[in-house]
Amino acid sequence: MNSSSGKTYMSTSNSSAGWKAGDAAADQFPVGLRVLVVDDDPTCLMILEKMLRTCLYEVTKCNRAETALSMLRENKSGFDVVISDVHMPDMDGFKLLEHIGLEMDLPVIMMSADDGKHVVMKGVTHGACDYLIKPVRIEALKNIWQHVVRKRKNEWKDFEQSGSVEEGDRQLKQSEEADYSSSANEGNWKSSKRRKDDEDETDERDDTSSLKKPRVVWSVELHQQFVAAVNQLGIDKAVPKKILELMNVPGLTRENVASHLQKYRLYLRRLSGVSQHPSSLNNSFMSPQEATFGPLSSLNGLDLQTLAATGQLPAQSLVTLQAAGLGRPTGKSGIPMPLVDQRNIFSFENPKLRFGDGQQHVNNNKQMNLLHGIPTTMEPKQLAGLHHGAQSMGNMNMQVASHGSQSSQNNPLLMQMAQPQVRGQMLNDTSLGHPPRLLSPMGQPILSNGIAANVSTRNGIQENIRAPSYNPVSQTSSMLNFPMNHAPELPGNSFPLGSTPGISSLTPKVAFQEDVNSDIKGTVGFLPSYDIFNDLNQHKPQNWELQNVGMTFDASQHSNSLQGNLNHAHSVLVQQGFPSGQVNGQNRSATVVSKAMFSSGDSTGHVNAQNGNQQLNSLLVDGTVRVKSETPTNLYPDDFGQEDLMSALLKQQDAIAPAEHEFDFDGYSLDNIPV
Amino acid sequence: MEVVQIQRTLMDYTKSLFMEGLLDSQFLQLQQLQDESNPDFVVEVVSLFFDDSEKLLNELTIALDQPSVDFKKVDSYVHQLKGSSSSIGAQRVKNACVAFRNFCQVQNIEGCLTCLQQVKQEYYLVKNKLETLFRLEQQIVTSGGSIPMIEMGF
Repeated sequence: MNSSSGKTYMSTSNSSAGWKAGDAAADQFPVGLRVLVVDDDPTCLMILEKMLRTCLYEVTKCNRAETALSMLRENKSGFDVVISDVHMPDMDGFKLLEHIGLEMDLPVIMMSADDGKHVVMKGVTHGACDYLIKPVRIEALKNIWQHVVRKRKNEWKDFEQSGSVEEGDRQLKQSEEADYSSSANEGNWKSSKRRKDDEDETDERDDTSSLKKPRVVWSVELHQQFVAAVNQLGIDKAVPKKILELMNVPGLTRENVASHLQKYRLYLRRLSGVSQHPSSLNNSFMSPQEATFGPLSSLNGLDLQTLAATGQLPAQSLVTLQAAGLGRPTGKSGIPMPLVDQRNIFSFENPKLRFGDGQQHVNNNKQMNLLHGIPTTMEPKQLAGLHHGAQSMGNMNMQVASHGSQSSQNNPLLMQMAQPQVRGQMLNDTSLGHPPRLLSPMGQPILSNGIAANVSTRNGIQENIRAPSYNPVSQTSSMLNFPMNHAPELPGNSFPLGSTPGISSLTPKVAFQEDVNSDIKGTVGFLPSYDIFNDLNQHKPQNWELQNVGMTFDASQHSNSLQGNLNHAHSVLVQQGFPSGQVNGQNRSATVVSKAMFSSGDSTGHVNAQNGNQQLNSLLVDGTVRVKSETPTNLYPDDFGQEDLMSALLKQQDAIAPAEHEFDFDGYSLDNIPV
Repeated sequence: MEVVQIQRTLMDYTKSLFMEGLLDSQFLQLQQLQDESNPDFVVEVVSLFFDDSEKLLNELTIALDQPSVDFKKVDSYVHQLKGSSSSIGAQRVKNACVAFRNFCQVQNIEGCLTCLQQVKQEYYLVKNKLETLFRLEQQIVTSGGSIPMIEMGF
């Protein structure tokens, strides 16, 4: 509590620098509260000013939102609270609210003669700390200081709690672990309540915990900074506070970062998890908000194309994989081949090794670990191995690996999938050094047959992808590519697929090595896709389709949660999944979509992410399992333990610092996706 | 006239405005805001209201006179007028605005035109009354008296 002041308001008031400059003022708080009032109605403005003066506040009035904004920008700490009208000719009051929240993070009170529930709700969702109905009475204004105090109090609380673990993160982790599908709304993005109920709830939780903050718009640049910061810190150590410091963006709060981080993690997780369960994933993915993707047809019968088209690559990839694995003629017969190649590249060598040993092989190193997280059904052991490996990687897509490193190969891929986060790392660090492993996690699930291949591609892609751009996406794509004509390109592409031994374990074995052709079709394609994305983007189209499908799925999903990530994912997915040409085109669109999601998104992306997450989760889990059952090859053992994977993935996500790569979506990588 | 008398007249006059619903408690709030540091506060605010409202009414007339009426624009003007009239306590004007908005929303031209007429009527009425009120106040002040605070049982 304030020592000097007689009032018992938050202790922060005196101590926090934000309070009035003068000690005396602080003592007399709320006297001297600096209020900026914005209203285009001169009558109201004058009345408000008079009223506020009567409350002994320091009032600055302005009748244009633009003027208010520039005033605030010039003097960020010059005001304590802003009161703004809703209907203004030059700028919508809610828009101003968002700007202020993002740039200055001040409490904003909305007011209007409009007392319709809808409008008031808008105020709430946009982060206004209060909504006053006109005519405003002086009594209502007398209490506005409470919002200032409350905000500061929450910020302090965050400081205290955030040490190395952010509240939000914690929540995120918990929620993630507890329920994958509950998409991490953690972010503030939940502005659009489209998301499922869970998500909404989660969002609510987040929101309350972190004080209603105006929505932060995670632009591409911002996201890039974020990803860079996360990668720099390492996924394990990427805590909001540090990220915030690294980013050094004025106006950005720890809460913003925390929620974004949560989303990012989920996104990564999704990426790795997508590959796992093509059929299930597809379905789930499809539904995600990203309508762009379009519901993936059931994986089994999935047509990668469909998947790809839907932009839900991840799901698609999985689907494809599954289809491939299942033996369904995905029409990609060509893929199996590629997958095989890739598989080999990635992890064929040591399917088992990958995971356990941290197959970190050359490329896969990371991937392997990552794969752990991926619930590839491939070989639990492998995945497990990957997991470990992945861990070292930095939680990269470990998620996939966690699945059980079933297929070492797959794992890598899966890892990829699961670890969108990892991806970032992978990409950043290994820049494909992570052998397809990462991918495999992704692909694994899908691959059951060839999924492994995909998964690995994922991982591999990541690794291969060296291109930092979003690996997650590419990875999935690689996975999916199986069916696509997956030309061996994959290996070449980026995935270290060849190198990632882990991948081998990925079910692709099934398809690739032996039956790959038939089964893997889908899967094979995946892995390479990742790399391909980067490199292949251009050529891989077919194979990528699978991936794209899955990818898109991821993308959409990711985007939701990660906003930034998602965008990438989408784009990546899109690219990958779309077979020849489509992919590219799709990717682009995906990119666009994702980007859009990203930018627009808090709400959209978020929503999508959530959906995506959910789907991913389910996909992952299901995917892995499914893959197995359907495909003769049983790439992934059912008992692989989607759960393991999921949890691994989740953990991965948390740990994994979002790879910049992944987030390249928005601005970046998507376009790069060679698909 | 004696200051006291004028004061009494003022009091009665003001009360009647409240009774007739022309003014509501918001107006009282304004009066309470007025103090020595701001002795003409009420007059200033109300003058602002007059200027602003007249502009809005003009715009409304023009907008409704268009071959193709932009109801969104009309609605936004009415919303503005509603906000400012409610801020100074011009209750009947505000109520007329509420009705006006309803017609806007259903895009009923006839209804809108009728409402516009009504709003104008109410506006000019309250304007008239307030101007009279201010004149009375002025008289009191020039006569050396002070304006009595109205204690209404709102």
